[in-house]
Amino acid sequence: MSPAEQLIQTSTERAPRTPSSGFRLRIVGEVNLGDRIFRIVTATFASGAVLTLAAMAIQMTRASALSLKRFGLSYAFTSNWDPVRDAYGALPFVYGTVVSSLLALLIAVPIAIGVAIYLAELAPGFIRRPLGFLVELLAAIPSVVYGLWGIFLLAPWLRDSVQPALAKGLGFLPLFKGVPRGFGMLAGGLILAIMILPTIASVARDVMRAIPNTFREAALALGATRWETVRTAVLPSARSGIASAIVLGLGRALGETMAVTMVIGNRGEISSSLFAPSATMASVIANEYTEASGDLYLSALSELGLLLFAVTIVLNILARLLVSRMGRMPGAGRA
Amino acid sequence: MASAYKRRRALDVLARGACIGAVLLALVPLVSVIGYVTAKGIGGLSFDLFTKLPAPVGETGGGFGNALLGTLMLVGLACSVGIPIGVLSGVYLSEFGHSRFAKLVRFSADVMAGVPSIAIGIFVYTLVVLSMRRFSALAGGIALGILMLPTITRTTEELLKLVPDALREAGLALGIPKWRVILRVVLRTGAPGIATGIMLAVARAAGETAPLLFTSFNSRFWPTSLDKPIASLPIQIFTYAVSPYEDWHRQAWAAALLLMGTVLVLNIAARMLTYQKDSGR
Repeated sequence: MSPAEQLIQTSTERAPRTPSSGFRLRIVGEVNLGDRIFRIVTATFASGAVLTLAAMAIQMTRASALSLKRFGLSYAFTSNWDPVRDAYGALPFVYGTVVSSLLALLIAVPIAIGVAIYLAELAPGFIRRPLGFLVELLAAIPSVVYGLWGIFLLAPWLRDSVQPALAKGLGFLPLFKGVPRGFGMLAGGLILAIMILPTIASVARDVMRAIPNTFREAALALGATRWETVRTAVLPSARSGIASAIVLGLGRALGETMAVTMVIGNRGEISSSLFAPSATMASVIANEYTEASGDLYLSALSELGLLLFAVTIVLNILARLLVSRMGRMPGAGRA
Repeated sequence: MASAYKRRRALDVLARGACIGAVLLALVPLVSVIGYVTAKGIGGLSFDLFTKLPAPVGETGGGFGNALLGTLMLVGLACSVGIPIGVLSGVYLSEFGHSRFAKLVRFSADVMAGVPSIAIGIFVYTLVVLSMRRFSALAGGIALGILMLPTITRTTEELLKLVPDALREAGLALGIPKWRVILRVVLRTGAPGIATGIMLAVARAAGETAPLLFTSFNSRFWPTSLDKPIASLPIQIFTYAVSPYEDWHRQAWAAALLLMGTVLVLNIAARMLTYQKDSGR
C-alpha cells in the first residue's frame, strides 16, 4: 500500500471521532460523506460472513440441544443407533468418518506431495500451468458425479479385481477379510482420496513456490542434485506449510458427503475389515435427515452436523496457524 | 567417490521418476471420470431430456427439464445472495482491509470455505425450512448462496489488490473522492478477476448436492413458485443413480455429463480470463 493511501486510510478511520482535527485531513481532502457512507455500506456487507458463521454455530447448537442434553458425551461413544426406540449413539459413524478420512489421507498424501514437488520444483516451465490446472480440475468435478462413477465403475472394479487380489495376498490381515462387495470402507476411502488430492497438492505446491530461490541456489551451489535440493532445502522449510495442506485435506475429507454416501454401503457397523460396508457422519445425515420423525431423532442428526462443523473449524484454524508459522520463517515469502 | 556420485545420481532419477509417477497416477481418475461419464452419457442425451418431466416410476422415457430449470433458478437465487455480499465484502477487505474487523471478516470467510456443505444444509434447514414449514427453492438458493460467499469474497479481495496503486492515486490526484475511485477505477480494472471468482463459485454451487437434500428437496413438476420444493440436476442424478431402474441410470449419466460439462467449461473459461492477466510465474 502506498504512503498516500495509508494517509487516506488513517484519516478516514479517524474522521468520525475528530471531525475538525484540521489541517492534515483537509490536505488529503477526502473526508467526504460519500466515502464514509461507502465504507459503512461495504463494512455492513462484509459483516455478512461473520454473522453467518456465528448464526451457524448458534443455530446448530440449538438444533442439537435436545440430544446434547439427553445423551451428553456418551453420544459419541455408544453404538446403538435405533430410531425406533429413540436411542442414539453415534460411535459407528464417528468411526466410519475417521477411518475413511485416514484411509484417504494415507492414499492421497504421498501422491499429492509427489505432484506438488513435480509442479513446484521439477516440471519444465511450459507444462507447469496446464498440468497444475488439470490437477485442480479434479476438485471441480461435482461430488455427485464422482459418486455416480464410483457406483458403476469404481465399486465393481474393486469387487472384481482389487479386493480379491488383496484378500489373496494380504488376507491374513483382518483389514482384508470378508466378502469382496465393492461398496464399503475401501471404496469410500479411495473416492475421498481422489477428491482431496487436488486440495493437498495445490496448497503444498503454493507453499513450496513460496520458498525463496536463494535456498535452492545454496543447495545447488554445494553440488546437490535436484532431488537433494528438494529434500534438504525445500521440504524442511515447507514442512509446516505441507502439514497445513494435509490438515485442509483432512477437513475436506471429514465433511465430504455425496460421493461417500453413494459408495460406502451405508451400514452403521464397526468392522475391522476395509471390505465391510460402513457409514460416515455426513452420509447418515444425508440419508436420514429428511425422514427423521421425532424431535430427538432430528436433534441427534443435527448434533452430527454440529460435530462436523466444530471439527472442521478447528482444523481450519490449525491449518492457518501452521501456514503463519511458515510466514515467519526468515527470508521466506508469504505462502 | 565415483560410486557415491553414481548412487546420488540414481537416487535423483528415481525420485524424479516417482514424482512423475505421482502426477500420472493423479491424472488417472480425472481421465477415467471424464472419459467414462462422456462415453456413458453422450448416447443418452436427447431432446426429450431437456423438455419433458420425469416419467412415472417404472416407466421409461421422460426427461429432467424441470431439474434443469430448477438448477438454473437455484443458482440464480444463490447469485443474488452471494454476489452482492461477496463482491462488496471483497471490496471492503481490499480497500479498507487493515482494521481488526477486516481481519475477523477474512478469517470468517476462510473458515466458512472449509465448513462442510452438509452442515450449511442443516443450518438453512433449521433457519428457513423450519420457519416456513416446508422445503423450498428459496431455502436451496440461500444454502448455495452461503456456499458461494467465501469464494467470491476472497477472489474479489485478491484480485482487487492486484490493481496497481498508481491507478488509485491517479484518480485521487484528480480530486475524485475515494468511493468513486473504487467504483469507477478499481472495480472496473478488477472486473475480469471478479468475474473469474463468480464463475468458479457458480461452478461449485451448480454441482453441490448435499445442502439441497433438505432445503430445496425434490419435485416431479415444473417449478411454479419459490416457496415450494424444486427439482435440481444434482439431486436428480443422486436419486436416479441409487435407483434400480436401467432407464433412470441412462438419464443419470446424461445429466452427469451435462453437469460436469458445464462445470468444466466454467472452470476453463475462468482460467482463460485470468490467464492473460498474470501470465507465467
